Amino acid sequence: MKFIDEYRDSQVIKSLLVLIAREATRPEGYRLMEFCGGHTHALYRYGLLPLLPERVTMVHGPGCPVCVLPISRIDAAVELAARDNVIFCSYGDMLRVPGSGGRSLLKAKAEGADVRMVYSPLDTLKLAVRNPERQIIFFAVGFETTAPATALALKQAAEQGITNFFVFCNHVLTPPAMRAILNAGSEGSHVDGIIGPGHVSAIIGSSGYRFVAEENHIPLVISGFEPADLLESILMLVRRIKEGHAVIENQYTRAVKDEGNLQAQSLMQEMFELRGSFEWRGFGILPDSAQKLAAEYAAFDAERKFQVEYGEAHDHKACRCAEVLRGQLQPEECPVFAGACTPESPLGACMVSSEGACAAAYSYGAASGAGAGQ
Amino acid sequence: MCLAIPARVIALHGEEMGTVDLGGVERKVSLALVDAEVGDYVIVHVGVAISCLDEEEAKRTLAMFYELNDQLSESDEIPK
Repeated sequence: MKFIDEYRDSQVIKSLLVLIAREATRPEGYRLMEFCGGHTHALYRYGLLPLLPERVTMVHGPGCPVCVLPISRIDAAVELAARDNVIFCSYGDMLRVPGSGGRSLLKAKAEGADVRMVYSPLDTLKLAVRNPERQIIFFAVGFETTAPATALALKQAAEQGITNFFVFCNHVLTPPAMRAILNAGSEGSHVDGIIGPGHVSAIIGSSGYRFVAEENHIPLVISGFEPADLLESILMLVRRIKEGHAVIENQYTRAVKDEGNLQAQSLMQEMFELRGSFEWRGFGILPDSAQKLAAEYAAFDAERKFQVEYGEAHDHKACRCAEVLRGQLQPEECPVFAGACTPESPLGACMVSSEGACAAAYSYGAASGAGAGQ
Repeated sequence: MCLAIPARVIALHGEEMGTVDLGGVERKVSLALVDAEVGDYVIVHVGVAISCLDEEEAKRTLAMFYELNDQLSESDEIPK
């Protein structure tokens, strides 16, 4: 397929691996974080990790929207779904994430709640039109890649005068999470360079990462998702680290413009406003790190309409997702990995999502017999 | 949700919607946030195209890859 096959060319991949090995000579090695869960999956899926030289270690980042949502918000979703006359719409990834006491949206559905899996918030809008007597809640999760779709649905709901459509907004922002990782000190994971998310950057552009170079003095390369893209980004980072050159670069120029998608940015600016604080799994409360509905669109805000309350909630005590999300623990190092915690019966969110690091390691790593990870 | 592959626009419906071909599967998506024509490739996330792929930039990246190939000889092996 065009725009895919040519980035999987085995000769190109071999050349890139030879060059990485030749240039990664720093005795202390290179710890590189791929922030985005899509990149984590690509690294495992294409078996790239065992092919990298020993001096290059990939640290998996928290860029999995399902994984970073705290239990208290899962519990709130389960509670909202169980309300009378509600149709609760969610992306498939969220349905099996266990909340308190292992309760998930899927279990709520089994107990009678009207939970529907949707592909797009725009589908949810159609459901609202077809069911005027019901209240439709959309569980909006995700980083800057999915927020424009939520914003578009909200805009259309307002234009069409739909009054039974509500958004439970949990959109989170990439730069604050990156900042939290880099400034975590001894609590965090030391990294020498960052592979920046491709599709988040297609929306926000590259300027949001400037602090990585200016304040944290490490390089960041925005990368595509195919194996040759990732290896070229790793090579670019290895070179920059060797030169001591902290700079923000873009490998994924075919999809990412420096300024990002201005139409999406202006739509998001209209529909959302910044939350002063938001709780993240693994990071606690981060300032200015999430979005809520703008005051003008508050009538569509599920949290306002349904008076959502957040209780005290804790992760399963054997689950170490928080450390995996901070890049302190590789998935395979978790004591319950592939034992008590599997994609079929997950204890933590990182094993559920198609973007979670544990799910990637389980599906394509040593546990699947497809070759060891790092 | 963040996983997406390039999809080819095969039809436009009004100003904001279009049908894309996602590796043989056809889907109606919103094109409200991109300036795409029939034949263009777009990245689609949860039903909304968020980026239009730039053919010239893609060619430039590929040219760089092939240049790398030329720098190495057949006998170069990936070191263990």
